[in-house]
Amino acid sequence: MPDAAVEEVGRLRPIVRRMRERVIRMITAAGSGHPGGSLSAAEITAALFFHTLRRQPGNPHWPERDRFVISKGHGVPIVYAALAELGEIGEDEALTLRRLGSRLQGHPDRIMLPWVEAATGSLGQGLSIALGMALASRLDGDRFRVFCLLGDGETQAGQVWEAAMAAGKYRPRNLVAIVDYNKVQLDGPVPAIMDLEPFADKWRSFNWRVKVLADGNDLAQVIPALDEAGRGGGPWVLIANTVKGKGVSFMEETAAWHGKAPTQDEAARALAEIAAHG
Amino acid sequence: MAEATRVSFGRALARLGADPRIVVLDADLASSTNTKAFADRYPERFFQVGIAEGNMVGMAAGLALAGKIPFAASFACFLAGRFEQIRLSVAYNRANVKLVGTHAGVGIGEDGYSQMGLEDVALMRTLPNMIVVQPADALETEQAVECLAAHDGPAYLRVTRQKVADVSPPGYRFQLGKAVPLREGRDLTVAASGAVVGHALEAATLLAAEGIDVAVVNVSTLKPLDAATLADRGGRTGAILTVEDHGVVGGLGSAVAEALAETGIPVRRHGVRDFGESGTGAALYAKHGLDAAGIATQVRAFLGERGAARRATGTGRPA
Repeated sequence: MPDAAVEEVGRLRPIVRRMRERVIRMITAAGSGHPGGSLSAAEITAALFFHTLRRQPGNPHWPERDRFVISKGHGVPIVYAALAELGEIGEDEALTLRRLGSRLQGHPDRIMLPWVEAATGSLGQGLSIALGMALASRLDGDRFRVFCLLGDGETQAGQVWEAAMAAGKYRPRNLVAIVDYNKVQLDGPVPAIMDLEPFADKWRSFNWRVKVLADGNDLAQVIPALDEAGRGGGPWVLIANTVKGKGVSFMEETAAWHGKAPTQDEAARALAEIAAHG
Repeated sequence: MAEATRVSFGRALARLGADPRIVVLDADLASSTNTKAFADRYPERFFQVGIAEGNMVGMAAGLALAGKIPFAASFACFLAGRFEQIRLSVAYNRANVKLVGTHAGVGIGEDGYSQMGLEDVALMRTLPNMIVVQPADALETEQAVECLAAHDGPAYLRVTRQKVADVSPPGYRFQLGKAVPLREGRDLTVAASGAVVGHALEAATLLAAEGIDVAVVNVSTLKPLDAATLADRGGRTGAILTVEDHGVVGGLGSAVAEALAETGIPVRRHGVRDFGESGTGAALYAKHGLDAAGIATQVRAFLGERGAARRATGTGRPA
């Protein structure tokens, strides 16, 4: 890996750690939420917000900005954590997650919080929205790129493949999908609920360019993959093999932590682990 | 000139295409919805998504969120079937998407129930910010399409497969949210929407020959409903009969009943009370009492009941 890349990984690593810590604090304060799928996507989200996305600080409406659609809407705390790290929302506001009147809805709301590009959370809808944005960009001379983060369980929804088929037809080169392939969904392991394999083959057969990341929690793999896909030639899908609940041992690879908040004690243990290993 | 309002829609849409923000999506029904004229003229701004309406609705939302003005068309029943995408991707995002449901009601005829939009108005009406418009003829459709393109926000337009009579007066200008009195009358107000507005006017002519004087109002904007005009007309005539080619639950009749519930003006709802079936459009309208004769029967029955009620309570004819 070139020196510059090593440096970039080093720059992002403490950011990822702080984002994980925020996710634990926010969900603990809220008393509900989805830690597992927020933690698994920490490196991907950090790389997007701190390395890949063209954005204008302070201006969520800049027309040329790259769009990021988090289709797995329940994972939005990791996005709020990135926005807090950027200073676009305050640390105090981050702790209002899920409270009445908060802009930080349980699932993203673009009217309340313009930093999110689309309301999602009814799984399976985000890739269609991202595709529409990418085609709009192309009509205007490729003004911006579109990145869309999907959950693995979410790709069990038929609409994802309707969108995949349409993207295979229209081939917007500025569209990049990333699948957070953490192998665990609400009711259990993905292979037991509804297996996705052969997953990469499915995307290839829909005319997508596919890159499989052996470890989607390794910034040294995530950053160059986003660089390559972000240069165009898409539609691209990055299949990122990740660990559900990554960074907190008792949350890792368990469906029980898909959608529940830690107690104060559990949060303290989680924060200690993140600080020690991050 | 009688014309199917889907044809009027297609013509207006092709004309609107001069605006580069207008994009159109269709799900393998472009020849039926009449988006084909736009597709032929502006192929780079037309997206044929195949038989995948859920994705079509989502793509339209994405195009809108990036500044385009998408019209996404399909049969009314198929759009209603993608309510979950419409609810979140379009309505909750306040995406500037124009959904166009063609083949409204039993009037489509032979294809039968699976192709008939009979629940679409009921569903669309429940969504905050969603405008719902059902024009009655060619002139009104063309103006409504222009008006919805200029309106910033989600909207649903409902048009017919079959030809409908011209009902709008010369020089008519469609106004979003305004009900349109088409005929004055003393005995009862018939509030109708879409294809059956023409039938209601015919019914009024039949009834006039019997000495029954019926007012007719075209409720082309179903949401937001022009409650003021309806309360005014209903108050003047004492009661309102609603007439629609849509399920009788959740459509025009429900909207009027909800709006007038506190006014004390009696409302009788007339619409489709069962699944549809195959047959000619005319035969189905006759079966469901939505042709001129059927509407006249409803008017006589309603007036008869009200007369009996007045005699029983000793109250006089309303002023």
